[in-house]
Amino acid sequence: MLEIHNLNARVEGADILRNLSLSIKPGEVHAIMGPNGAGKSTLGNVLSGRPGYEVTSGEVLFNGKNLLELEIEERAREGLFLAFQYPVEIPGVTNMEFLKASVDARRKHLGMSDLSSFDFMKLARETSKKVSLDPAFLKRGVNEGFSGGEKKRNEIMQMMLLEPNLCILDETDSGLDIDALQVVAAGVNAMRDGKRSFIVVTHYQRLLDYIVPDFVHVLAAGRIVKTGGKDLALELEARGYAWLEDEGA
Amino acid sequence: MTEQVESLIRKDYSAGFHTNIESDTLKPGLDEDVVRFISAKKEEPEWMLEWRLKAFRAWQEMEEPTWAHVHYPTINFQALSYYSAPKSMADKPKSLAEVDPELLDMYAKLGIPLHEQEALAGVAVDAVIDSVSVVTTYRAKLEEAGVIFCPISEAIKRFPELVKKYLGTVVPQKDNFYAALNSAVFSDGSFVYIPKGTRCPMELSTYFRINEMNTGQFERTLIVADEGSYVSYLEGCTAPMRDENQLHAAVVELVALDDAQIKYSTVQNWYPGDKEGKGGIYNFVTKRGICHRNARISWTQVETGSAITWKYPSCILKGDNSVGEFYSVALTNNFQQADTGTKMIHIGKNTRSTIVAKGISAGRSQSAYRGLVRINAGAEGARNYTQCDSLLIGDRCGAHTFPYIESKNSSAQIEHEATTSKVSDDQLFLCQQRGLDAEKAVSMIVNGFCREVFKELPMEFAVEAGKLLEVSLEGSVG
Ligand SMILES: Nc1ncnc2c1ncn2[C@@H]1O[C@H](COP(=O)(O)OP(=O)(O)OP(=O)(O)O)[C@@H](O)[C@H]1O
Ligand SMILES: [Mg+2]
Repeated sequence: MLEIHNLNARVEGADILRNLSLSIKPGEVHAIMGPNGAGKSTLGNVLSGRPGYEVTSGEVLFNGKNLLELEIEERAREGLFLAFQYPVEIPGVTNMEFLKASVDARRKHLGMSDLSSFDFMKLARETSKKVSLDPAFLKRGVNEGFSGGEKKRNEIMQMMLLEPNLCILDETDSGLDIDALQVVAAGVNAMRDGKRSFIVVTHYQRLLDYIVPDFVHVLAAGRIVKTGGKDLALELEARGYAWLEDEGA
Repeated sequence: MTEQVESLIRKDYSAGFHTNIESDTLKPGLDEDVVRFISAKKEEPEWMLEWRLKAFRAWQEMEEPTWAHVHYPTINFQALSYYSAPKSMADKPKSLAEVDPELLDMYAKLGIPLHEQEALAGVAVDAVIDSVSVVTTYRAKLEEAGVIFCPISEAIKRFPELVKKYLGTVVPQKDNFYAALNSAVFSDGSFVYIPKGTRCPMELSTYFRINEMNTGQFERTLIVADEGSYVSYLEGCTAPMRDENQLHAAVVELVALDDAQIKYSTVQNWYPGDKEGKGGIYNFVTKRGICHRNARISWTQVETGSAITWKYPSCILKGDNSVGEFYSVALTNNFQQADTGTKMIHIGKNTRSTIVAKGISAGRSQSAYRGLVRINAGAEGARNYTQCDSLLIGDRCGAHTFPYIESKNSSAQIEHEATTSKVSDDQLFLCQQRGLDAEKAVSMIVNGFCREVFKELPMEFAVEAGKLLEVSLEGSVG
């Protein structure tokens, strides 16, 4: 699904990712934890092609394609989805219109015809209920005036509609109340079908009680310094990150 | 990073062709003889000539206004030609079959069907090229309903009493520099009269086209909606691409008598000049309407063209309970400059006005909203709501807001809201991450920003306006 080899990337002239390698197979859930400023969001941004993030060396294969050569929207249409740590607002553009345009773009890429407005509206309403968002949110501007938790649920709704192959969730759990956390986790779990893969960036092992990962990686200073199973998250919760640096040194 | 946004908004002007039509063009210069020439050419009655001369004499005493937030070299009014007409119009065609095929071709290229059978269902069109009205469609059908829709030059001859009664009553000859100039030299435009209690059976529409080089275009539109009547009127404008600047100074007067309603929509797409700011139309327009008792006037405009736009469609709310509305989208790109807005003058009791102005600036353009809300002493219970939003694309453009509020009645309620926002790289990235290409994303964001105004346009125009914005923002993705 995703093969990252010795990826080096810089932002504003500073090297952030240093020889990062990671391999994700279809159906796997990889959790990424690590201290603030380690480069977790940078990884998601580099993979999705955000302007300003410069890859200096390394290779990324996504479904066998050279990901780094693709435009942002091509990566998205290929099935790479990034749920944002801080979703932005687009006033006046209704959620419905925005979602329909994105779903149409993805379907077109897959050689499928556009959904009729009627079918799409039906699907969008059903999906919004799955993430406990009132369908009235579909008529509002994209994230316009949404609360923090509503924005995150809106991200999950978009993910469900787009049916991506690889979902990168960047701290989708931060700022969520317990109920919302369960809604988000249930959404992700419902999408686990043995083929779709996930990268879940989080600071809290609590999320991993709901979304049980196959692997937990610790990203520090731009590279993966430790990989383990679900238990690693518990250990991190108890001991913090400092011991890893000692170990690495 | 804003480079990326800017590369998206490089503009291609699709209406910029010139048609080879032989025309009668007066040599440049302006004096009383030119005014007499125009009047004679139009076979006008004496009173009309006198009216023009009065305006001309007033104009000579006036100074070009400089208060607007626009900059351009001084216009040499003596270097312009004040009359140009397609030669084939010398004997005015009686029907479409007699219209020069080159002309019909030109309108076809612009996507304006003049053939009645093909015309947009329910839209009657008056086409004005350079200074002359070339054809008005659906006249018979309109006349059945008692609606008069014809070139103003014809109205002056056929309905002199109506024209005399209303011409210059809303925008007097001496109103301002450009209005005075227009009053002296206007050559054509549309005249509309809707009789008492009549709902105009179709949308009325005028398409203006400047074709000749070095000619100024000065149309005059007068719309009178008699008591209890209703009309919706649409206006569209285009011009060829030329390196020289061309002057367009129109006057529009609306009269809404008791209980009448006029909806006036404009899609202005005059040539804006090239990417370096060369050429383009100077659009100095005076538009004003007067509302009598319970009457309503709505101005809706989508302004994407012109090198310079100077335009303030206004409402004089004279009658009690009358309503004035102004919905505007002004998009400037490259080196365009726009200073536009409205004036709402509340005179009658319980008069209400609504202003929704959306300015979009891209490239190195400058756009200004200038609005006046005046509540006179007698306007008990008057209300105004103003909302004024600016959207910046890139970081070399500017948006400015100049609201003027004068209230002489303490019972008045005035609300003003203003916002400025940017199409951010983050918004663009969100759209692209969801699979939309950057062009689609920008046009979606801009259309979203304009939503409140577009919904005021008649259906046919709303679609056109959306497309126009898309074209105006079109360009290669960098
Ligand atoms: N656009 C940017 N401009 C400047 N610096 C950036 C930018 N993006 C990331 N950085 C820097 O790169 C480093 C890694 O940031 P990143 O956001 O990837 O960290 P993170 O691991 O996601 O942290 P957190 O847990 O706080 O979200 C930080 O030092 C950050 O300041
Ligand atoms: Mg982060």
